[in-house]
Amino acid sequence: MNIVEKMRATGLREDLPDFNIGDTINVAVRIQEGAKTRIQNFIGAVIARQGTGLEASVTVRKISGGVAVERIFPVESPNVDSITVKKRGRIRRAKLYYLRGRTGRKARIREVRR
Amino acid sequence: MIGLIGKKLGMTRQFQENGRSVPVTVIEAGPCVVTQVKSEASDGYTAVQIGFGAKKPKNTPMPMQGHFRKAGTDPLRKVMEFRLEGEHSFKLGDTIGVDILAEAVKVDVTGITKGRGFSGNIKRHGHHRGPAGHGSKNVRMMGSIGMHTFPGRVFPGKAMPGQYGNKQETKKNLTVVAVDQERNLILVKGSVPGHRNGVVYIRPSR
Repeated sequence: MNIVEKMRATGLREDLPDFNIGDTINVAVRIQEGAKTRIQNFIGAVIARQGTGLEASVTVRKISGGVAVERIFPVESPNVDSITVKKRGRIRRAKLYYLRGRTGRKARIREVRR
Repeated sequence: MIGLIGKKLGMTRQFQENGRSVPVTVIEAGPCVVTQVKSEASDGYTAVQIGFGAKKPKNTPMPMQGHFRKAGTDPLRKVMEFRLEGEHSFKLGDTIGVDILAEAVKVDVTGITKGRGFSGNIKRHGHHRGPAGHGSKNVRMMGSIGMHTFPGRVFPGKAMPGQYGNKQETKKNLTVVAVDQERNLILVKGSVPGHRNGVVYIRPSR
C-alpha cells in the first residue's frame, strides 16, 4: 500500500454505523452560528455512496415540505456529528437516481424484513 | 534559499478543525543528498547541487557514477542546483530532509506536466466548441485565424493545435498544509504539475 492510500485509510472514525444504499439515515450535522454551534438532523434515504476512506461521501435525499432536498455529506468530516440508521431498505441498484423523477408511492423504497 | 527535489505521490483530502475539507497533494520531498558544493573560488558563484531518488548503477553513466561516489552516495535519479547568497553550512554528502521547509508557509512547486500529445484548441487553449447540429461542421475546429489582405499574415502567438503538456511548469504560492519530518512528506494545498511518481522541485515562495 502506498503512502497516500495509507493516509486515506488511517485515522478514520469508528463511531459510524454500517449503512447501505437504500437505508434511511439520520445525519446529525454540526452547524456554526456565530460563536455557537448547534446540531441539525437531516433524515433521508441514502441514494448514493461515493469514494473510500477519508474521501467517502454519501448523498441523502428527503422530501421536505413537498420539495425534494438532496445533501452530500463527506462522511469523515468533523461536521458530521453522528449517523444513525432509521430503516433498512431493500434495493436492487447501487445508485438510486431513479427516485429523482418519482414522487409519492412510486418513490418508496421497500423495507428489509427480518 | 535552497529547495528540495521530491516525488509527487498523489492527492487526498484533509479536514480542518472547523470541518472544512482541504484538497492536498502529498509530495515525498527528500531525503536529498548534497552532491556538489559550488563556491566563488572554484566555480565563480555560490550554489549547492542536490540529488534525490534511487537509480541503478548500470543505468548511470560512468562520469555520473564518479560524481556520486565523490559525495559518498549511491547513484541518484535527479540532481538540481540551487543558487545561494553568501555563507551557508552545506557540506558534500550532507543529507537534507523536509525540515528545511518546516517553516515555509507558501512554496512553489515545479514539475513536468502530464503529456497530452498533439491536442486541439478546445483542450489546449480552452476554446469553445462550435454548434453540433444544423449542418454545422466546425464542432471542434479552431475558427478564424485572422483578418484579410491587411494584415495579410497570422499574428505570432495565435492559439493553434499542437503539443500540449509534457512541459515544465511551476505552480506558485501553494499553501503548506502539513510537514511530516519522519517520513519526509510535505502536503501542499491544491494540485501540482505532473503525474504520480513524477519528479517535482519544491522551493519556498519569495
